[in-house]
Amino acid sequence: MKPGLLLRVFALALLIVLLVAPQAFRDFFALFVRPTQPPIYTQGNLLDITLSHLMIVAIAIGLSTMVAVSLAILVTRPFGAEFLPLSRAIANVGQTFPPVAVLALAVPMLGFGTAPTLVALFLYGLLPIFENTLTGLTTLPEDVMEASRGVGMTGWQRLTQVELPLALPIILAGIRLSTVIALATATIGSTVAARTLGEVIIAGLTTGNTAFVLQGGLIVGVLAVLIYDSLSALEKWLARRTGRLTRADA
Amino acid sequence: MSVTSASPSHDRPHWLALDRLGVLITLILLSSFLLPFALFRANRILLGDGLPLLASMQPVAASVLLLALAFGVGAALLRLPALIKLAAGFGVLTILFIAMGLSAETLMPADNNYARVSPAAGFWVLVFGLALLVTDALTRLRLGPWTRIGILLGVCGAFWALLWSGLWNELSILKEYANRAPAFWNEARTHLLLAFGSVAIAAIVGIPLGILCYRVRPVRAALLNILNIVQTIPSIALFGLLIAPLAWVAANVPGAKASGISGIGVAPAVVALFAYSLLPIVSNTVVGLLGVSAPAVDAARGMGMTWLQRLVQVELPLAFPVILTGIRIVLVQNIGLTTIAALIGGGGFGVFVFQGIGQTAMDLVLLGAVPTVVLAFAAAVVLDAFVELTSRGGRRA
Repeated sequence: MKPGLLLRVFALALLIVLLVAPQAFRDFFALFVRPTQPPIYTQGNLLDITLSHLMIVAIAIGLSTMVAVSLAILVTRPFGAEFLPLSRAIANVGQTFPPVAVLALAVPMLGFGTAPTLVALFLYGLLPIFENTLTGLTTLPEDVMEASRGVGMTGWQRLTQVELPLALPIILAGIRLSTVIALATATIGSTVAARTLGEVIIAGLTTGNTAFVLQGGLIVGVLAVLIYDSLSALEKWLARRTGRLTRADA
Repeated sequence: MSVTSASPSHDRPHWLALDRLGVLITLILLSSFLLPFALFRANRILLGDGLPLLASMQPVAASVLLLALAFGVGAALLRLPALIKLAAGFGVLTILFIAMGLSAETLMPADNNYARVSPAAGFWVLVFGLALLVTDALTRLRLGPWTRIGILLGVCGAFWALLWSGLWNELSILKEYANRAPAFWNEARTHLLLAFGSVAIAAIVGIPLGILCYRVRPVRAALLNILNIVQTIPSIALFGLLIAPLAWVAANVPGAKASGISGIGVAPAVVALFAYSLLPIVSNTVVGLLGVSAPAVDAARGMGMTWLQRLVQVELPLAFPVILTGIRIVLVQNIGLTTIAALIGGGGFGVFVFQGIGQTAMDLVLLGAVPTVVLAFAAAVVLDAFVELTSRGGRRA
C-alpha cells in the first residue's frame, strides 16, 4: 500500500495548491480552452466554493447518519420489530428515486438556494446508512449476544457497549457510500442556486469552457476518492479491532 | 403463494387489537388536515393560496372522500388480514385521486387558461400515509414475482384510465402536458433510448470484461479500480468533459459526423451513462462467477466439458441472477441520471425539469420528475421480479 499512499498524499497536495493558488495551474488548464477564454474560474474563490460544498455535504450526511442510525436502532428493538419489514421496503423504494428528481421535488416546498439541496442530500443519504446499520445490527454473532445477556447487561448497555461498537464498521461503510454519492449529487444543487462546485462546472457548460468543467470535476473527483479511501482505511482498522469483516472487503 | 398472515376474523380479540403501524398511519393522515389540500394560483409561476380540503371541492365529493379516509383509518388501525388492508389502501387512494381531479374542476374558473390548480402538501401527506398502508400490506403478503408484476400492471392501468378519462385535465401538471404533448413523447422516447441503450451497450461490453476479470486476476484489480474512480466523477462533469473529445472525433474521424456523433447531444450522454454502468455490471459478473459452487464446476470438468462449454453451460447460467442484479442497479440509476443529460442537450425528461427550474414553474418540474420516478420504480419492480425468477430456476435445475 506504500505507493498508493504516496499517490494520495500527492493528490491531496495538488488539490490544496489548486484551491489556494489556482493561477499556478494556468498553463495546464490553458491547454483546454480557446485563447480568448479564461483558463481559471475567477467568478468565485475556488477554496470558498469547495468549503461550502463540503459543508453542505457534511451537514446533510451528519443529519442522515443521526436519523438513519436512530431509526435502524428503533426497528431492531423488540417494540419496533413490527416496523422492520416496512422500513426495509421503504428503503428499497426510496433508492429508486433519482437524486435529480428528489432535488427538483424539494424546490417547490423550500424555494431556491441551499435548503432543497440539503434536503435532497439528506434524504438520499438516509438509505445506504439505514440499510447498513440494519445489516450491522441484525448480523451480530449470536454467541457474543448470548454472552452479553449472560453477564447481566441491560438492553441499553448491550446496545452501546456491544451492538453498536460491533456494527460500527458496517455503519461506517454506509456513511462512506452516502458521502460519495452526496459529494457528486451536491454539484447538481447548483442548478437550484446552492453554492457548490457544480457552479464551476455549469459555468463551463454554458460558456463552452472545458477548463472550468475540468476544474470542477477534478476537485469533486479527487475529494471523493480521498474521502472514500480515508473512510475505507478507518473501516478496515475498526473491523480489525472488532474482528468483523466489512462489505468493503468483498 | 398468497399467505394470510392474520388468523380468521371470527377470532374477535385478535383483529380488534390496535395495529401499531396503523396508529402511525392514522397520525399521518390526520396531520394532513393541518395542511392545505389544493393550491390555487392566478397563473403558473405565482405563489398560490393553499385551500383546506373542505374548501377545495363540492360538499358531496368532500364527504365521500372524508368517509373513505375514515374507512382507511379503520382498516389501518385494526389488525385485519393484509389482503383487506391492501384493498382498503388501494380503494381509498383511488377515491383520493379522483377527488383531486374533481377539486381542480371545481376550483378552475371558467374560460381562464392562466389559472392553475395543483395538489398541495396535504394531498401529498395523504398519499404518503396511504402508500405506507399499501406497502406494509404488500410486504406482509410476500407476493411472488408474477403477482408483483401483475399489481404493477394493474396500478399502471388504473393511472392510465384516470388520465384517459380526462378527470385530471384541469390539474396544472396536465395543463403543462397539454401545452407540449408532442415534445413530451419525443423526450420520453429519447429518455428511454438513452437509459436502455446505454445499459444494453454496457452489458454487451461489461459481461465479457467481467469474464476476463474473473479469469485473469491482475486485470481484475486494475480494471475495478479504474471503474471505481470513474464512478466518483460527478455526472454533470463527466457529461461536460466528454463534449470536447467527441467534438474532436466528429471533426476529425471520417464518417463520425454522418453517424450522428457530435460534441453535444446524445453522443456524450450515451458515453457518460455507459461509463457509469460498467462498474456494477463488471463487478457483479465477477462476483457472480466467483460465487458459482466449486462442486458444480468440478462436475462439469469431470464430464469433459471444455472451458468454453463450462462457461456458457454452467458458470454463466448459475451466475446469471447476480449479473441481472447488476443490470437492475444500473438501469434504475441510469433512468435517473439521464435527466442530467438535458444539461448538455441530450434530451430526455430532464429537459422539463431544468426548463421548469429556469422558469420557476414547478408543475413543469413535476412533468419531468414524475415520469422519471415512475419509470425507475417500474424498472426496479420488474427486474427484481426477474432476478427472483431466474435465481429460483437456477436452484431447481
